[in-house]
Amino acid sequence: MAGVRAGALADGLAAMRAVVGADWVFSAPEELHSYRDFYSMLWDEPEERLASAAVAPANVEEVQAVVRIANERGIPLYPISTGKNFGYGGPAPVLSGSVVLDLKRMNRILEVNEGNASCLVEPGVSYFDMYRHLQETGSRLWIDVPDPGWGSMVGNALDSGGGYTAAPYRGHWEAVCGIEAVLADGELLRTGMGAMPGSQTWQQYRMGIGPCLDGLFRQSSLGVVTKMGFWLFPQPEAYLNCSVDLQRFADIEPLVDLFNELEYGNIFNGMPSITSPVLTRGNPMMFQEIPAPEEMERLVRETGLPAWRGSLTFYGPEKVIRAQWEHVKERFAPFEAAAFRENQFVRLPLSAEDLKTVSKARFGIPSMEIFAVGSRGFGDFNPSDGHIWFSAIIPRSGKGFVEANRVMRQACTRLDVPLFMFSPAVTCWTRAFVLFAAVPVYKDKDRNKALREKVLEIIRICAERGWGEYRCPPAFADAVMGSYSFNDNILRRVNERIKDALDPNGILSAGRYGIWPRHLRDGRPA
Amino acid sequence: MRAAVKAGLAAAAIALAFGAAEATSERGGETAPKLRAGKAAYARWCAACHAPDPRLAGTLALQTKYEGAVPPALEDRTDLSPEAIAYFMRNGIAWMPPFRPTEIGDEELAAIGAYLTAPIGQRGPHAPLLAEEMMMKREDRR
Repeated sequence: MAGVRAGALADGLAAMRAVVGADWVFSAPEELHSYRDFYSMLWDEPEERLASAAVAPANVEEVQAVVRIANERGIPLYPISTGKNFGYGGPAPVLSGSVVLDLKRMNRILEVNEGNASCLVEPGVSYFDMYRHLQETGSRLWIDVPDPGWGSMVGNALDSGGGYTAAPYRGHWEAVCGIEAVLADGELLRTGMGAMPGSQTWQQYRMGIGPCLDGLFRQSSLGVVTKMGFWLFPQPEAYLNCSVDLQRFADIEPLVDLFNELEYGNIFNGMPSITSPVLTRGNPMMFQEIPAPEEMERLVRETGLPAWRGSLTFYGPEKVIRAQWEHVKERFAPFEAAAFRENQFVRLPLSAEDLKTVSKARFGIPSMEIFAVGSRGFGDFNPSDGHIWFSAIIPRSGKGFVEANRVMRQACTRLDVPLFMFSPAVTCWTRAFVLFAAVPVYKDKDRNKALREKVLEIIRICAERGWGEYRCPPAFADAVMGSYSFNDNILRRVNERIKDALDPNGILSAGRYGIWPRHLRDGRPA
Repeated sequence: MRAAVKAGLAAAAIALAFGAAEATSERGGETAPKLRAGKAAYARWCAACHAPDPRLAGTLALQTKYEGAVPPALEDRTDLSPEAIAYFMRNGIAWMPPFRPTEIGDEELAAIGAYLTAPIGQRGPHAPLLAEEMMMKREDRR
């Protein structure tokens, strides 16, 4: 193991057993199997990222003690929350030989504040846990959930995950207010108003005084987050989903611009979507390459399907959201042959009947329904062993939408990259599009090796155009961080300087998102 | 105490999966008191993918795999053994990753195994999905 002196690991694990109890330190191979990344693109290869042990503290004091033990001995630690970040690394460390610091046992919901519409939770709290708690206590608050409900609120926010409800909540990192973290020397930090003893505003004002340090912990290797505050969504009176269908290729640019204006102007607050019925016919998860304008319009005529469909979601009082929809229709009136449709109107709370027909995530209800795509694919059985995500931030414009679709589709065809989902413009974040592509992975070394080379090429192609991934599996973290290369990669170099200052022994999450401690940088200066 | 499920169980598990099947889509009655903890653990960890709803990942995968030779919902299976259940939970299969001992302890694992291998008549109705359970509780409060 890199940089760990002989005997230090065994000595450290013995000390950790004394802190957390022998039952909560795992080092037998059959136990560590469950800490492998089951969707790893390096499965069973010498480069697969494997834990040397796992330790599961029950509270902050135990986390501090474990971190101090590791720091004194130079033992690398890799904190996980619920370990469900599949497609982006799962519960496995980035650096092989790390001891996984498994925070699943820290699963307390510390506070739900109805008046402030906020909560404070530990990292082991899953979306399922929080939903159950809110429902059982009769809360009027909603959480925002990602597709799989088994993940950690804290972990998914730290990795910048997203969901489906209203704008201030569906970017999970953006809904964070207040962090407590154990630093590499075992000291406890609270950000924002949490730094003031006696403050009652930790979950109200995010910044506190001076530089806002929350960002130090996003996708980072600088601390072990042990508490996190979130703003929650007061249940609205009603939900309305509508769409506008457009027929001409050239409509895409004014469609995106108008959606942007309406969303940024608070005319609608739910997650919009922009797709193409004619190019997703047969499989709504696979957006085909956008053809030349005349070809697309020929397809529109032949199939009778619209060229574009923009869908909008409104949460609020019925009177208000119906008026907002009327305004949207007026704004789209100048578009030739625009067709409007009200897809779903629901009064809240949901009835048992509504529950059968709604998309649960749009109502903050966690489930695992998304995983069905891996059981059968869409139409064809897809017997893969998992998947990884490719998630690039692309320009939120019609031009960006079309260009990113074509470049990615052509590259995937040329390189023969298998895909089971391709979505050009997801809007978890209000000010950006994310191009999502899901790539099946297999427990097959040769296939995975070839696939890794292809994904690296896709990363390079996107970077040439200024499209950077917002999140990635560990196998690609160095390449993605390397693509953020302005001024000789100063972003990475400054991150490394901070890493060296806060974690001089380099024990926390080494290599996470391409940030390595000094002793693992091959002598390269920060 | 922790599970040390041996890889050799895999063959047994797969063989068992092709055993006799008894399909039941609707079930009633009471859940035997000794099975209630296992049923709650099943509801917490398994039902979200394996409940009797053909749209769910585990149910759909098992329907696709066995083409109806065994019931696709785990709660309707009568051909499983606790060892097979423990093997799949600790080792994973297809898109289902292994569950760590911090998520499902050995005691809970054994309770799930006991529930899913008890005679159908002792299991009571299917465990509800979380959203349905919360909906029922809310209606009870009214």
